[in-house]
Formats: sequence, structure tokens, C-alpha cells
Amino acid sequence: MRIVVLVKPVPDTASGGERLRPDDWRLDRAATTATVNANDEYALEAALKLTEAHGGEVILLTMAGTGATDTMRKALAMGAASGVLVTDDALGGSDIVSTTRVLAGALGAMEYDLAFAGADTSDGGGGVVPAGVAALLGLPYLSYAAKIEPDPAARTVRVNRINPAGYEVLEAPMPALVVATQALGEPRYPSLKGIMAARSKGLETKALADVAVVGGDAAVGGAASTTAVLSAEAPPPRGAPRVIREPADEAARQVVAFLAERRII
Amino acid sequence: MPAGAIWVHGELAGDGSLANISTEAATLARALGDAAGVDVVGVVVGADPSAAAGELARYVPRVLAIAEPATADHAAGTIVGQRIAALVERDGPAVLLTGAGPEGRDVAGVVSALTGWGVLVNAVGVTWDDGPVVTMSVFGGKLTTTSRLTGDHGIVTVRPNVVTAEPAGSPGRVEDVEAAGALTLPQVPIVDRVEAAGVAAPIEEARVIVAGGRGVGGSDGFKVVEELAAELGGAVGATRAAVDSGWIPYAQQIGQTGKIVKPALYLALGISGAIQHKVGMQTAETIVAVNRDPDAPIADFADLVVIGDLFEVAPAITAALRSRKAG
Ligand SMILES: Cc1cc2nc3c(=O)[nH]c(=O)nc-3n(C[C@H](O)[C@H](O)[C@H](O)COP(=O)(O)OP(=O)(O)OC[C@H]3O[C@@H](n4cnc5c(N)ncnc54)[C@H](O)[C@@H]3O)c2cc1C
Ligand SMILES: Nc1ncnc2c1ncn2[C@@H]1O[C@H](COP(=O)(O)O)[C@@H](O)[C@H]1O
Repeated sequence: MRIVVLVKPVPDTASGGERLRPDDWRLDRAATTATVNANDEYALEAALKLTEAHGGEVILLTMAGTGATDTMRKALAMGAASGVLVTDDALGGSDIVSTTRVLAGALGAMEYDLAFAGADTSDGGGGVVPAGVAALLGLPYLSYAAKIEPDPAARTVRVNRINPAGYEVLEAPMPALVVATQALGEPRYPSLKGIMAARSKGLETKALADVAVVGGDAAVGGAASTTAVLSAEAPPPRGAPRVIREPADEAARQVVAFLAERRII
Repeated sequence: MPAGAIWVHGELAGDGSLANISTEAATLARALGDAAGVDVVGVVVGADPSAAAGELARYVPRVLAIAEPATADHAAGTIVGQRIAALVERDGPAVLLTGAGPEGRDVAGVVSALTGWGVLVNAVGVTWDDGPVVTMSVFGGKLTTTSRLTGDHGIVTVRPNVVTAEPAGSPGRVEDVEAAGALTLPQVPIVDRVEAAGVAAPIEEARVIVAGGRGVGGSDGFKVVEELAAELGGAVGATRAAVDSGWIPYAQQIGQTGKIVKPALYLALGISGAIQHKVGMQTAETIVAVNRDPDAPIADFADLVVIGDLFEVAPAITAALRSRKAG
């Protein structure tokens, strides 16, 4: 079974250094170290477990700047077999529409039984790219998976899709696109052996011209963006908190008074 | 930008009623329509859209209801997205508002892919200046950005709790619309439905959230959290550590890989306030923390911090609220 996992390099949240460039309001990707988007690690972990159980391999697909190869090596160290990176200066500043079209084009040229994506990213955070990719490629779309059970012999996949009441079980023929969530389980840490092995794994780089973009002949990339940031500012700080160090009953009385003062109760 | 209409997608809750997020999005749509001087139209697609369409008509003057039997037993997002894409391409509204939750995002992704319309995501505020002007809270509340569309049409996904839902002065009318054209994208059957025991209302929509972290110590410890939440009429939330330990379901997790919430009150019990949790809740209006450790990072972004043992303080707050109610 071949599973393609869509992984996006994002600024490391723990660095706290995220900022936008003041000239074009694009994310300043040079200001922070990049890491694999956390939700994509769940997708990757689920894919690795499934190929361990059923045989096959995991292939990464990323659209990002050239520096993304470092981030992709981390995902290869976890156990993915190889990766495809679509990188092109014209794609910097891409919006959701362009990203969806380019990823659909790149995925459409790959061989796979399943494609996995994350529920959303920690930078753009739209959570809409995977549904769009599935729609452009005519793939069955199974979102918000808490469990993924392929049946390679029958060439079908079952997914427990989280909904507000619990979950619904979806079933579709392969190939299909599945959106992963954290409920699938903790991602592994790369082993030393994995890190060594990742160095020699294949990363194929494609330019925009190498991708048959799907979904209309309109231009893609930053220049074609359908959305524009006008400004960005830090929200006003909360100010120092009030601190209560009293025995529980007195502390509780003060908390209740505070909530009443703020008209919360 | 031409004065196209403002459309709002009415999502169905599991029981066929209108999802809360859609009452908020519709309230916002009406305010924008007034500001822009353009029509406001709701659109509901479902196996039986009548109940939700009727509710949506309390908020906007005109609602298009499309009966789509396939959504009864198939994943809805792709189907609803195709129906709405066809309608917006026919009628050309300036903007389609939808919720920024799982359903709304699936629909937005499909409509955007099929129409090429741009998407402004996770709006925490929308005003009108010759088109929607959207504020978003990004990087977990570190920055607030203002964005707009570069073209004549687009989609805006709206976060919960951005506006208070308010029905219009006079109810609107519902028009039944025939679904036109074939559904060409694969339909994914629902082969089973499982209701999880004791699931609460979605935490994204709660006005009050009482959340527990590692300090709660176990599933038994969550009783203290639940009792306080019940007394405040709020929902129970949790950190990833508490979810990973199996003390509480993933649906209650707040943070980077869980839910992003914006309640009026966030009461954090035994939560250190690590960055991955902070990004999910720091835009709450009021943050109160109970923590044994005065140096816990949460003290840096809370409004009120009680230094103490949550197993003493939380029940004391519950008791104080009860006696206040008793008068
Ligand atoms: C602060 C900020 C705000 C933004 N706001 C908007 C906006 O309102 N509208 C807009 O059009 N764009 C916006 N963008 C740009 C947006 O981040 C990019 O267009 C991005 O390529 C796709 O959107 P996303 O990160 O929201 O993806 P999501 O839809 O959240 O991604 C979901 C999943 O799709 C896959 N995926 C997404 N992108 C890639 C990729 N490049 N490579 C591989 N897999 C991928 C991953 O599996 C990911 O988990 C914003 C960016 C930033 C930094
Ligand atoms: N040089 C590049 N080549 C390909 N994709 C890129 C490039 N730079 C940024 N991207 C992608 O385009 C989107 C917007 O990026 P940015 O403008 O850097 O926020 C993200 O999905 C990036 O991963």
C-alpha cells in the first residue's frame, strides 16, 4: 500500500518568534526554525503504522521553499520512504486556492492508494486545503479521522469521522483522501537509525513548470493571490494579573466576586 | 466591487436543526448587508432542510432551502459544497459566509476548489468596505491581521463566539429550490453512526469553559472540573496532557492540535499554560487560573490567578456559587 502524506513546514510554535514581514505581510519564514506541522505528524504516524501492518511505503508531498528539505528529512527520519517537494519562487505567497491547485496537480501525478492530510496548520490554519484537493481530483473525501482501517484486498477504507455526537463510520473505495486528527495517536520520535537512513532517502524536487496544475488555467502563486493582508498588529496586552493567595474559602469568595464584577455570572 | 449579495451557509446540526455557529454567521451577515446596502441570503442544503431553513429565516430575510436526499446517509461536506458552488456561480453573490468548524471548512474547501473563489479564514471580526474586511487572530493570538479579497467574490469562514446571535426584527421567507445538475464528486456512504456516551455541546461554542490539565491528576480528578463547569453552565475542556493520559476525550482538547476557543470565561485548573495550549485559548475574554505554582506560565496571560490546590479551591468556588444562587 502506498500512502502519500501532505506535510507543510510551519514555524516552530515553541520558538514564539512568528512574525509577518512588514513589506508584504507574508510570514517571515526566515525568522523561525521550521518544523513539520503538528497535525501532519499525526497523519504521518497513522500512515507509518498502516504500512507497517499492511506493507508498502509512505511518500511525503510538500509545497514550500527550498529550505523545506530540512523539515522533510525529519519526516523521513520518522520512517517515510521518500518525498516530493514542489518549490518555485513564483509560489511564495500562495493562497489557499493556489496551494490547493498545485498540491492537487502534484498528487495527481503520483501513484498511491491513500492520501493523508492534517486537519489544519498552525500558521495559515484555514483547514480547507484537503477538501479542495479531493474535490479537484475527484477523490472520495473522508475528514476528521479518529481511526483509519484500510482493506487492501477489497481496496476500500473505513474511517471513524469525529462529529459532535460521537463519530460516523465512512467507507470509500481507494484511492481516497483522509484527513487525520490527533485522535489517531502520538507520533513517534525519529530513532538514531532513522535519522541516519533519512540522509540517503530520495527527495525529488519539482518546479512549478513540472506540475500539471489542476483546476482552471488561471495563474497560481503569490502574484495571483485571491486574498491580501492589509495590516497586522499585536493585540493589546492583558496587563498583570490579580493574584490571590488566600485559604480556599476566601479565595473562592474573591473569585466569585470577580466573576460577578465582570458580569460573567 | 459590484454590490453582490451576502450569502450565509446554514449548517445542519445532527438533529436537523440549525447549528449555533450559523445563527452567529447569519447575524454577522445581516449586519454586513445593512452596512453594504445589499441583499442577505441564507442557503441550507440537507435531506430535510426545512427545520434549519425556518430557523435561519429568523435571522435573514430570504433563505434558499435545497432538499438533497443523499446527505441523509453520506458524508455531507462534499455534497453540500457542490450544491452551494453551483448556486453561487449562478447568482454571483459577493461573499459566502460559513462557520470555521469542521462542517464549514469542508464546505468552504469544496466551494473554493470548484469556483476558484478565495477564502478568508477564521474571521474574528468582519466589517464592510467595498467588500468584506476580515480580522483574524493568528499564531494563537500573537497577532491580529486585517485582510481582504483581491477579487469580486470570496468565502469567509467565521469562528464561533465572534458575535452574539440575534434574530431579525421580522422573520424572512424560505424558498424551496430544486437541486440542479448532477453531483459529480464521489459520495462517501455513512455505514454506521456511533454516539459517544455523555458528549456535551461543542466546546467551541461554550460561553464558559472550565478546563483541566495535568494537575487534575486523573479521570476521577475531572469530577471537580465537571462540577464547577456545571455550576457555571459551562463546558469542560482539557489540555493535551490530560487527553493523552486518557482522562477525557479528544473532543474536549483545547490547543494547537485540538479546538481553538473564545469563551467569555476560561477557568484553568491545574494548567501550566504551555504555548501549545495557550494558542487555543488566549483570546478568551477573561482568564482565571488556579495553580499551585506561582511561576506557571499561565500567570503571564491570565486576568486572575489563585495560588492554591485546585482540589480545595475549585470545590470552594462551586460551593460559593451555589450559596450565591441560593441567595
Ligand atoms: C497568518 C496567516 C494567515 C493566512 N490567511 C490566509 C487566508 O485567509 N486565505 C488564504 O487563502 N491564505 C491564507 N494564508 C496562506 C496559507 O497559509 C497558505 O496558502 C497555505 O499554503 C495553505 O493554507 P493553510 O496553511 O491554511 O492550510 P490548511 O488548509 O490549514 O492545511 C491543511 C492540510 O493541508 C496540507 N497542506 C496545506 N498546505 C500545504 C503545503 N504547502 N504543502 C503540503 N501540504 C499542505 C497539510 O496536510 C495540512 O495539514 C495565511 C497564511 C498565514 C501565515
Ligand atoms: N518558494 C516556494 N516554493 C513553493 N512553495 C512555497 C514557496 N514559498 C512558500 N511556499 C508555500 O506557499 C504558501 C504560502 O507561503 P508563505 O508566503 O511563505 O507564507 C505555503 O504553503 C508555503 O509552503
